Amino acid sequence: MFAHPPLHLAVALDGTGWHPAAWREPGARPHDLFTAGYWADLVTEAERGLLDFVTFEDSLGPQSSHLTELDGRTDQVRGRLDAVLVASRVAPLTRHIGLVPTVVATHTEPFHISKAIATLDYVSTGRAGLRVQVTARQDEAAHFGRRTFPPLPAEDRDTPAGRELIADLFEEAADHIEVVRRLWDSWEDDAEIRDVATGRFIDRDKLHYIDFEGRHFSVKGPSITPRPPQGQPVVSALAHQSVPYQLVGRSADIGYVTPHDIDQARAVVAEIRAAQAAAGRAEEPLHVFGDLVVFLDDDHTAAQDRRTRLDDLAGYAYSSDAEVFTGTPAELADLLLEWREAGLSGFRLRPGAIGHDLEQITRGLVPELQRRGAFRHTYEADTLRGLLGLARPANRYAAATA
Amino acid sequence: MSEPTTGTPGTGTPATSKAATSKAATSKAASGKPLKQIHLAAHFPGVNNTTVWSDPRAGSQIEFSSFAHFARTAERAKFDFLFLAEGLRLREQGGRIYDLDVVGRPDTFTVLSALAAVTEHLGLTGTINSTFNEPYEVARQFAGLDHLSGGRAAWNVVTSWDAFTGENFRRGGFLPQDQRYSRAKEFLATATELFDSWHGDEIVADRESGIFLKDAQAGAFVHQGQHFDIAGQFNVPRSPQGRPVIFQAGDSDEGREFAASSADAIFSRHSTLEAGQEFYADVKGRLARHGRTHDQLLILPAATFVLGDTDAEAQELAHEVRRRQVSGQTAIKYLEHIWNRDLSAYDPDGPLPDIDPDPGENTIARGRASVRMFRDPIAVARQWRERAAAENLSIRELVMETTGRQSFIGSPATVAETINTFVQTDAADGFILVPHLTPGGLDDFADTVVPLLQERGVFRHDYTGTTLRDHLGLAHPDARPEPESRRAAS
Ligand SMILES: Cc1cc2nc3c(=O)[nH]c(=O)nc-3n(C[C@H](O)[C@H](O)[C@H](O)COP(=O)(O)O)c2cc1C
Repeated sequence: MFAHPPLHLAVALDGTGWHPAAWREPGARPHDLFTAGYWADLVTEAERGLLDFVTFEDSLGPQSSHLTELDGRTDQVRGRLDAVLVASRVAPLTRHIGLVPTVVATHTEPFHISKAIATLDYVSTGRAGLRVQVTARQDEAAHFGRRTFPPLPAEDRDTPAGRELIADLFEEAADHIEVVRRLWDSWEDDAEIRDVATGRFIDRDKLHYIDFEGRHFSVKGPSITPRPPQGQPVVSALAHQSVPYQLVGRSADIGYVTPHDIDQARAVVAEIRAAQAAAGRAEEPLHVFGDLVVFLDDDHTAAQDRRTRLDDLAGYAYSSDAEVFTGTPAELADLLLEWREAGLSGFRLRPGAIGHDLEQITRGLVPELQRRGAFRHTYEADTLRGLLGLARPANRYAAATA
Repeated sequence: MSEPTTGTPGTGTPATSKAATSKAATSKAASGKPLKQIHLAAHFPGVNNTTVWSDPRAGSQIEFSSFAHFARTAERAKFDFLFLAEGLRLREQGGRIYDLDVVGRPDTFTVLSALAAVTEHLGLTGTINSTFNEPYEVARQFAGLDHLSGGRAAWNVVTSWDAFTGENFRRGGFLPQDQRYSRAKEFLATATELFDSWHGDEIVADRESGIFLKDAQAGAFVHQGQHFDIAGQFNVPRSPQGRPVIFQAGDSDEGREFAASSADAIFSRHSTLEAGQEFYADVKGRLARHGRTHDQLLILPAATFVLGDTDAEAQELAHEVRRRQVSGQTAIKYLEHIWNRDLSAYDPDGPLPDIDPDPGENTIARGRASVRMFRDPIAVARQWRERAAAENLSIRELVMETTGRQSFIGSPATVAETINTFVQTDAADGFILVPHLTPGGLDDFADTVVPLLQERGVFRHDYTGTTLRDHLGLAHPDARPEPESRRAAS
């Protein structure tokens, strides 16, 4: 009897990797970033490593080293493709791995997002998720012209105005998720009847208006896309503070958190569990994944040297919201197994340089975890929910009429 | 509009096999005029009564395997592109969701991107409306699709505007109808500014010098207009086609003008030779006014077809298909569009109602494009009653006669000849074929009609280019060396 269920592992894909100079590494493919082949190769490699899923970063404006404004830099990767389209493009080329694109709740329509993710679930036969993100970037808001945000420098984030803005964005994101989820349920699973005798293609009593009324939008429904294979694709969000912890506790299936040591991890997990209980979901499974940026090499010094070399190229020492791990796959395995004691059920690893670190994960870390009985040897399920041990949820509307 | 009746064959006289077997094509060819090359596209059978779901061969309209089968057939047949329609709210009739037709469809962009993985040459055309979307997002999605498909993306810009559909969106349906084309025009112009905001040479990615981008302002744009006041930087580099191919679908004077000014192709619905020729001449005639030439806009009407071993067999099959498309219940529902009243008490096998349509503002059917096709319902009703009386037609028979006509019916040889005639006599530049079966409805056409067109030298044996612009013979737009938006920005 194992003390723990096996770990869950995801990889966060972004450009050529999370270090700003990663594109200059020998194994990087900066000229291929806008080709399907590049993304297909990465996801295929992740699937080779039996990972639960990959996430795809996204934003509605150029990347920037600043949180709320553009930086005007020309020495880092700029430009990116729509994450849902990338996920969908690789879906037919893979069979088991989960595909979790980022969607920006602040500027997109929940109706469009709901049908896009439902469709990703169809094209991947049950492997879709999404990662909801908010944005207070002024330049992104100006791309839509519907609203403006005040400047929000880091030091102002803890002022009443800053807190209000952030609370507002997350409240809107919660509404967004609520609408998306209701739309997924707006068709009961057996709504399509094709009843030749009565001439009815659907049983319209199994289609439901969602009648959502919120502060930022109202949505009538039902969806035009039938309920996706997983019923509810997997909803995830990155969370750094209390407000986003509330969102995770209330609305998500997976929260990604960024503790820097095991005690922080314990505290964050406790806060999310409390938020979950407060939302009346204490009994529902909710994964908390630790996020880590990783620089991996067979030899600890080699990893250190590589990170230093990249920092030198970038002109500054790279740091991140998440803990940055530098070392061997075995050392990382030690850390993951230690941190899971804090109640983390999995990890989302952000490769420092994808061309190098992705294979270090799939061919170094994964076998190491397998040796320690902490990771799967073969895919045990065909759906992302299945891999994560999440049951296919009942339809809220079907339950109401039953 | 939602769940529109895209692909519903037009009203009017069908192009029967005999009528269309004109000598025009041959004589023109003999006169030395080179034969026009036909463009063919495949419309995934959509959510209306032309799609027969009661057939045992009818498969899923949702599962990806259906789309993959359909796309592979189209590519095997060397078609120019696959076409997806769009609807953003389920249709209703009499206040309830309409339940007699195929309903339910996946998201356009997501399906097309996945299809790019299972095809190599086929163009991927998506219908995306300009009312319930924002230019930055749509431009990003199309530029992304063009990258991910290696230059095969096309956008059918439609102008759905109604408040009924708007109830699913932030805009809330408050765009007045008379502004839909002005928003569409500005939407497309704005998206074009975004596509053009990268020139194609900005990404240097030179490891040695550490320069990734040659220009920190790559993607800069400023657009100030009636509908959009936006500025910033577009974050997708120039795509293989520069911009996606642009389609317009809409038949009003404004719609035709929009197409003549801004589209690469127009998707119309004129199934008779004469109506097609008239439309063709009208739309092509508008091009010069916009400083464009005859070959810069392709006319590609929707067309339905039924094939048989012989013409007679095809006619019989076509009648059978029509019976399946127009059940008694469907006929009554269809009549309700014009009468705008509850007609459920009428017998579909009996005579037409002798009461007049309700001219009231509130239509009984919502979210259906064809509702607006009947601009004078009282006149239509009178006409239909007269015809039914004269020809002794029941409600169902009348609806079958007036609505359920396939464009091309006959043996493969007849259909090939008819299609070729339409194209050589300038009723069209090609067709967007709408089969009545999902997903196998194109298979026979690919296997029997396409080889005959190839034999005649009017359809490609193989793809000669890699992008959809190549297939359609459209020029690749040059990146503007210094877009206006860039100048405005600096
Ligand atoms: C052949 C054809 C196909 C169309 N397909 C769609 C569609 O898939 N989705 C949609 O919302 N509207 C569709 N439309 C509707 C048009 O975009 C437009 O809203 C409608 O025709 C009214 O415009 P008009 O007055 O210019 O004809 C289609 C129209 C035509 C003629």
